[in-house]
Amino acid sequence: MLLALFADIHANRQAFAACLDAARSRGARRIILLGDYVGYGADPEWTVETVMGLVESGAIAVRGNHDSAIGTPSETMNAEALAAIEWTRGRLSAAQRQFLAALPLKREEEDRLYVHSEAAHPERWRYVQATADAARSMIATPALVTFCGHIHRPALYSMSVTAKMTSFVPTAEVPVQLLKGRQWLAVAGSVGQPRDGDPAACFVTFETVTREITYCRVPYDVETAASRIRENGLPAWLADRLSDGR
Amino acid sequence: MAGPSIEPGMVIDGFTVGECVHNGGMATLWSVTHPDTSAPLLMKIPRVSEGEDPAAIVSFEMEQMILPRLKGPHVPACFATSDFTRQAYVVIEQIPGETLYRRLPDLPLAYEEARVIVGKIASALADLHRQNVIHHDIKPSSIMFRPSGEAVLIDYGLSHHKQLPDLLQEEFRLPYGTAPYMAPERLLGVRDDPRSDLFSLGVLLYFFTTGVRPFGETETLRGMRRRLWRDPHPPRKLKPDYPPWLQEVVLRCLEIEPVWRYPTASQLAFELGNPGQIKLTARSERIKRDPLATVWRRRFNRGLVEPKQKSDVSAQLASSPIVAVALDTTEDAEEIRAALRVTASRILATLPSARLACVNVLKLGRITIDRTLDEQGHNKHVDRLVALKHWASPLKLDESRLTVHVLEAIDPASAILEFTEANHVDHILIGARQRSGLSALLGSVSAKVASEARCTVTVVRPPRAALQSAQKDVAQDRDMPPVF
Repeated sequence: MLLALFADIHANRQAFAACLDAARSRGARRIILLGDYVGYGADPEWTVETVMGLVESGAIAVRGNHDSAIGTPSETMNAEALAAIEWTRGRLSAAQRQFLAALPLKREEEDRLYVHSEAAHPERWRYVQATADAARSMIATPALVTFCGHIHRPALYSMSVTAKMTSFVPTAEVPVQLLKGRQWLAVAGSVGQPRDGDPAACFVTFETVTREITYCRVPYDVETAASRIRENGLPAWLADRLSDGR
Repeated sequence: MAGPSIEPGMVIDGFTVGECVHNGGMATLWSVTHPDTSAPLLMKIPRVSEGEDPAAIVSFEMEQMILPRLKGPHVPACFATSDFTRQAYVVIEQIPGETLYRRLPDLPLAYEEARVIVGKIASALADLHRQNVIHHDIKPSSIMFRPSGEAVLIDYGLSHHKQLPDLLQEEFRLPYGTAPYMAPERLLGVRDDPRSDLFSLGVLLYFFTTGVRPFGETETLRGMRRRLWRDPHPPRKLKPDYPPWLQEVVLRCLEIEPVWRYPTASQLAFELGNPGQIKLTARSERIKRDPLATVWRRRFNRGLVEPKQKSDVSAQLASSPIVAVALDTTEDAEEIRAALRVTASRILATLPSARLACVNVLKLGRITIDRTLDEQGHNKHVDRLVALKHWASPLKLDESRLTVHVLEAIDPASAILEFTEANHVDHILIGARQRSGLSALLGSVSAKVASEARCTVTVVRPPRAALQSAQKDVAQDRDMPPVF
């Protein structure tokens, strides 16, 4: 079965809609949502509503730090992120806020783990920036494959049975088989705010039989997403960075 | 995890196991058959039981990922793979014959034979590099030849694929591979430079032509590290009759800094295919190694060397193309020749590692017996070469980037296409058909080349002609049947 996994949507309606379309046309049968549905972008209501609809029809969703911050203000966020969260909180309905607050931090399915930040301490929201972070996460879970987001840059780590690490920046559209003899940590890129220099939205697919992961890039209407941010009085930098993918 | 022991007669996933044909340190090889194919097959099974070298597992994983993605005549076709959950194996095509290792008792080989063999290996490497793979274990026992002549590279357990995770990245504290053939940068942990394979091939060429390994047979890290600063004895010191062009090629492959080697395997194959046109530098004359002062500077100033840019196999290939310009020297078409020169100069200015091959076809009659001398007794072939060099001289290219070729053929387009294939040309520049009678005839050459070439073709027109007759050309092309 083909899974489609989405991380860091950040209320970017144009990007999320384009990725959902792309995933369906690739034949994805199951949707996994890796957190951070809100913050930064200007369409939180539509985004959370869409996520709730997907979960109702069987999708798995976990909670990200921005989703958490809607209910519990965070002390570690920067000024722009905080401004976006304050604005978002006022836009969401009580039911939507409750939905976000009730999401689990991680979910397991067969030999796979879904989590927003990393597996060792999901609630600390630590970033997987290097092999040491990836190793800490993989040691903390028996899952053969962990899917996460949070850092907005695609990466693929592996750990051999002798705890030797590899790190890799995946090439878009080139499937990689996640061999069974080792553990893997797949950091999905960001749907709604890519930061790896490519402004195209990013999501990943995983075929559970062949165990092939593919990082997909989807061009979307960046201008509309950016002008929605500006129109709503959110910090201009949040709009500007979308076209650079930074 | 190790699975049951393998015995002849066993059936694994539809493959019937025959005899064990190789019992190596990392894997065993069995001949197998499958009802769906008549091709002779080999099953490679890694050694994975307790106490075995963990390298066997990682190497197997790399092969399992890389082999199914490779295509073409220079690699063994892959029929099936299976992982460690049951019985790990890969099934590949069995290449008939022996590896090049069998030739070791015959060393040194004749220069000409070595040139042909290494040229074939360079072509195979060029094809592999184009598929984003660096072999990293080029040595005689990794090389076989098809009955049709193409070199086949086997054993991808140490290879690096640009689009796949490199499982050997942190696996070993020491660089892993075959010590006598290992490029110096590998000792510094660099695994993403395709020119490492050119160094290994240079070791092989040196060994096959002199009978001596350029860096000995040392297996210790200390001994291997010497190649970071110590250059090998020039072959001419060992064999006074060693051809200068061959020494030029060998020593360029064995340059310590990858940037001084050939930029691509295609360019090395091109040189070996055209030995008469190899630009000889000081390398070709040397009979001594570098002076000690140079060696010491390399050894103790290493830290001062600027950190290397991250290399990238596909970017390196893209920046070092072989460009061929097909020139008509006979016709009164100075305008188009000038336009071709402008186009060529733009490409060469943006790509300093690109090289230019100027090609002209000396057209032979179908029936008449051609003579190489014209009515005035000039040698036509030589005249054409002179004309090609004259055309290229305003480009002010370094000689090592320029070659000239006169092909004799009945069908010019086929001759250009054959040259393109044989020399790994990446981009052809050719003039468009002109209006006059004779050139209208020649013009269909560009149409045939543009439609049949397997590489990029740029059809060039002089600026005014392009503006005025573009519309007319389209209409005429549609109506006119091809002339050849």
